[in-house]
Amino acid sequence: MNRPTTRGRWPLAALLLILALIAGACGGDDDEPTVGANAEPPATKPTFPQGTAMAALQTKGKLTVGTKFDQPLFGLKNPVTNKVEGFDVEIAKIVAQAIFGGTLAEAESKIEFVETVSANREPFIQEGKVDMVVATYTINNARKERVDFAGPYYIAGQDILVKSGDTSIKSVTDLNGKKVCSVTGSTSINNVKEKAPQSDISTSFGTYSLCVEALADGRVQAVTTDDIILLGFIADNPGKYQLVKAPFTTENYGIGMKRGDDAFRTFINDTLEKSYGNGAWKKAFEDTVGKSGQQAPQPPKVDRYTAGAAAGSSTTTTSTTVR
Amino acid sequence: MTSPVLADALGPRARRRVLVASIISGLALVALLGLAGKRLADNGQLTAEKWRFLTDPAILKFLGRGLVATVKAAAVSMALAMAIGGVMALGRLARNAPVRWLSGIYVELFRALPLLLLIYFAARALPRLGLDLQAFWYLVFGLVAYNSAVLAEIFRAGILSLDKGQSEAASSLGMTYWQTMLLVIVPQALRRMVPAIVSQLITLLKDTSLGFVLPYEELLRQGQVLGEVSAFGRPLLQAFVTVAAVYILVNFSLSRLARRLEIRQRRRYSAGSISVGGVEDLAVVAAPGAKP
Amino acid sequence: MAACRVSPVPPLQWFGATYVELFRNAPLSVLMLLFVFGLTKAGVGPYSFFASAIVVLSIYTSAFLAETFRAGINTVAAGQAEAARAIGLTFPQTLGIVVFPQALRTVVGPIGNLFIALIKNSSIASVISVLELSKRSNLLIDQQGVSPIPVFLGAAVAYLILTLPSGFLVGYVERKVSIKR
Repeated sequence: MNRPTTRGRWPLAALLLILALIAGACGGDDDEPTVGANAEPPATKPTFPQGTAMAALQTKGKLTVGTKFDQPLFGLKNPVTNKVEGFDVEIAKIVAQAIFGGTLAEAESKIEFVETVSANREPFIQEGKVDMVVATYTINNARKERVDFAGPYYIAGQDILVKSGDTSIKSVTDLNGKKVCSVTGSTSINNVKEKAPQSDISTSFGTYSLCVEALADGRVQAVTTDDIILLGFIADNPGKYQLVKAPFTTENYGIGMKRGDDAFRTFINDTLEKSYGNGAWKKAFEDTVGKSGQQAPQPPKVDRYTAGAAAGSSTTTTSTTVR
Repeated sequence: MTSPVLADALGPRARRRVLVASIISGLALVALLGLAGKRLADNGQLTAEKWRFLTDPAILKFLGRGLVATVKAAAVSMALAMAIGGVMALGRLARNAPVRWLSGIYVELFRALPLLLLIYFAARALPRLGLDLQAFWYLVFGLVAYNSAVLAEIFRAGILSLDKGQSEAASSLGMTYWQTMLLVIVPQALRRMVPAIVSQLITLLKDTSLGFVLPYEELLRQGQVLGEVSAFGRPLLQAFVTVAAVYILVNFSLSRLARRLEIRQRRRYSAGSISVGGVEDLAVVAAPGAKP
Repeated sequence: MAACRVSPVPPLQWFGATYVELFRNAPLSVLMLLFVFGLTKAGVGPYSFFASAIVVLSIYTSAFLAETFRAGINTVAAGQAEAARAIGLTFPQTLGIVVFPQALRTVVGPIGNLFIALIKNSSIASVISVLELSKRSNLLIDQQGVSPIPVFLGAAVAYLILTLPSGFLVGYVERKVSIKR
């Protein structure tokens, strides 16, 4: 260890370089280009009765929305603009516009997006960390016991992604004896275990991309989650993967919110229905998910279930499946 | 880098042998790298499309923000861990037995647990206990719990490495226990600990990457998100390589700094630096005679 | 690797140094992700996630071990190696028979600590889907709905059972073999 110390000034230079990088990152945060100068008419600022969540949010001037930051098509942080983009984000903007008025772009500036992952959505709502969650969030009865849902605003179905040319898997039951990957903390994998008890579900990662890498390597034979998410991978890797096209569940994507605020829920349901009628929903779809080659389906019917009623009587299978 | 100790200056025959060995081993390494490179290229991992993100200033800024978040978490954790670690080290050396035991339990407990478990505990159990924080603070909680325990050991070893005469002289001047500690012992010990502390800082900096499980938007997490972006061909592996390179660059520079500090200090005080258990980055083994 | 770094053959020295600096300075989590998915792209494998985790943990720990050994070798008095060469031992003989066994006694403590760190680092294998203790704890919470507090306390006790006795053992052995000067 008695080496001469004079050698190697360059680590210092490297440190300086890194500091410069940091300074660059800190310095220019405000010069993001404002996107989406759509020529849509600004909505007038609505008024709400005192004491409602909408009035409170309007006064606060900020809507906190939980969404995914790593889910292409629905909620993905765009490294170039540093904004979250996707269908979930567009839906949140529609709701924000209904609360604050103005254009969609102005509405977006009133939203603070908080990153949620599959495992922490209910806690975030219950703890009041977010006003609502729009994050490929499937409405189901277990979750309804902890949070309320507006919507659905989209209906997906759980499907299976396999390598191109793999004909051995035609439906979920063919997964018996096969290795299947899904993300940590999602419920999709439980559905597989139910329908194909002999499947090997021991593989799970933080993101679907890692699952798809494992599929490409042959470490797993299938990746399962909602069809619309899997279609994104097919669009990005032409010819490498295919969808089994045998959906075995119905996933109603809803907007999660605190339990018991029926006025707020009704308001969001009204907003969604309005967006179905005036083309805003369709445009939101085409600007995001539609870019992967999907046609906009018919919007689903919102489900105004009675909160607190014995969970189970309501929803989750009704509306027509669209894909 | 050859230790002059281990081999004589080479004679002509030995020099020839070294030359032959150099050529053979050099060729073998180049061949191995070339093969790996070719396989990667065949798999389409080396195409310009997959690496294009490196030329986009917005992406570099995006990764830069991740680095800022990493540094921020590391800096806050290090400051808190130093403070708590210092208290714990003094606690373990205190004359009051219960204080000694309590700080001993704290140190041994948190030093023996995996950091990831502590982070998971913070993120998943603390909210149940009514502690509702941002992802940043969960990460900091885990990092501080673990590193304060390790730093406490570093501090303790540093204090114990001082000659007993120092504290005896201080006592004979009529200084109280705490005066002795704070005015005489700690300032001297601190100087010896600097390399070990910088080493621990490197470990801590690497460990911030575990924040990506929360997720906290540090460097690795930003890399992971970048790997999802279709516009750049979903460059997942390329993003990981970039993230690894940044970490290596930062930590390599820091470790050089640590080594330089250590050598300078050895020259100036001709005292060895200390060796401490539990430190992952143990490039520093106590020089003989300086063992605590 | 330590032998590489102190050997007189330059490419081996460079290789040893690069290896150590690369793997010592990159976070284990990044290395795990990179190796598990990168190696298959370089035509190696695919091996199971478990096997990959073992390989990465070995590589990572070996980088630290190499540094520890090297530091240990440097603590052996120069006269030892000089004496060995004086009686005609070759470089591998000098290193293997004379210097290394002495160095080992100095570094036994740090090495023991590295192994304890290895036990703790195994938790990071959870990010590449190895069903070890941390991952199973999380699965229990996610899929069975068990409350996180008892789960993590249980996992913590399990880790302590592994690491604490090892720590005491290392301390004991270190005191036994350390060279009194």
